[in-house]
Amino acid sequence: MAAEPIVSAHGLTKSFGAVAVLKGVDFDILPSKVSVVIGPSGSGKSTLLRCCNGLETADGGTIRICGQTLIADGRMLPEADLNALRRQVGMVFQSFNLFPHLTVLGNVTIGPRKLRGLSAGDAEAAARKLLDKVGLAHKADAYPATLSGGQKQRVAIARALAMEPQVMLFDEPTSALDPELVGEVLQVMKALAAEGMTMMVVTHEMGFAREVADTVAVMDHGVVLEVGPPAQIFDDPQHPRTREFLQAVTRRG
Amino acid sequence: MEFDFSPVWDGWRDLAHGALITIEVTVGAIILGCLIGLAIGLGRLDPKKRVVYGLCTAYVSFIRGTPLLVQLFIWFFGLPHFGLNFPAFFCGIVGMGIYSGAYVSEIVRGAIQSVERGQMEAARSLGMPYRMAMREIVVPQALVRMIPPLGNEFIALIKNSSLVSLLTIADLMHEGQKIISTSYRSLEVYLAIALVYFVLTNLTGLGLRVIERRLGAGGLV
Repeated sequence: MAAEPIVSAHGLTKSFGAVAVLKGVDFDILPSKVSVVIGPSGSGKSTLLRCCNGLETADGGTIRICGQTLIADGRMLPEADLNALRRQVGMVFQSFNLFPHLTVLGNVTIGPRKLRGLSAGDAEAAARKLLDKVGLAHKADAYPATLSGGQKQRVAIARALAMEPQVMLFDEPTSALDPELVGEVLQVMKALAAEGMTMMVVTHEMGFAREVADTVAVMDHGVVLEVGPPAQIFDDPQHPRTREFLQAVTRRG
Repeated sequence: MEFDFSPVWDGWRDLAHGALITIEVTVGAIILGCLIGLAIGLGRLDPKKRVVYGLCTAYVSFIRGTPLLVQLFIWFFGLPHFGLNFPAFFCGIVGMGIYSGAYVSEIVRGAIQSVERGQMEAARSLGMPYRMAMREIVVPQALVRMIPPLGNEFIALIKNSSLVSLLTIADLMHEGQKIISTSYRSLEVYLAIALVYFVLTNLTGLGLRVIERRLGAGGLV
């Protein structure tokens, strides 16, 4: 019997004003799988991801995540339950969004201290382990302003992991990085995938998608064009618009 | 024409005491104004909370839209008609604090709204409730951005405090006028108290710049 999905979206719709961004999206992620979402800018992939932790409110459809119904037909989980649910759903942003007034250690410990009730000592010990894992143990006392983009994003990943989430959402995690810094972030994400973390990744990194993804979903104009294993999507795309998109991307590369 | 500063020298004790009263009234009003400003500013963040937003907006538009002197007179001369007799010193501090609160609230609101939306999103995505995200993440960053405009507001308040002399409060302005009424040396006395106000306002500006630099060095960019 197949495992129950950790994330399961059905018939999601979402409009910003008159612009329909999601037009009935179905999307599943199974435990310990890496699901990569690709597609042209404005296709709705970031909106889909942001709906999955309630940063955006879907107008219609349902999302079940970590065993709870996050939203059903525009009705969001009550605030307190939403906050509890978000602790289990890690999020990494394109623009890092580190807290500039806290040190690296402060950024990684604030969640566990304030929300998981860890003592300062326990939170720090756990944070140092995570920083070591992302290769930034030596930056624990630095402020974010002194870090490179790649370092910032690795801290942001450690900050999300410190909540011990069941699933990690990545919203174009390397899109704001200088090309030479992309690799260090992808490396951390690959290691995470290898450990069995359930991941949803919106990205333009086709190499990462091909190498790490268990499933690739292609989005365009608010719908999922096709879903499949990377080999199928990249080598034998079914939908003509997928072929167009992949051609445009590879030509650029 | 010639200058005669001897009334200033003879009355320096009174002037010093007046300056102390000016400082007391202003500091009291600043503290009250900051507390009110923080509350009102937070109340004006979300127009969708219509009652809170409406009340706070009405406060700002009424207080900002009427002269401070009129407000002070309402406190001191107007309220006694309803049997509400507050001491002059109380009226000075409360009147100025309420007045300043309207301006501080706009400073608070502007600073909070200038913190990137991603900061709130990152805090919420960790699972922080709104209030905690405000307290731990957004407000600390906004505080640093409030300092330069707050400096302007504090300086304006020091100068505006000269109006409380009209409520019989023996502040710097009041003491100066007392000396003038017996010596008739207006120019000399007004120059002298102008100098005292100048020193007070510039010391305030200097102090805030030091605080701003400290906070900046502490990572509170």
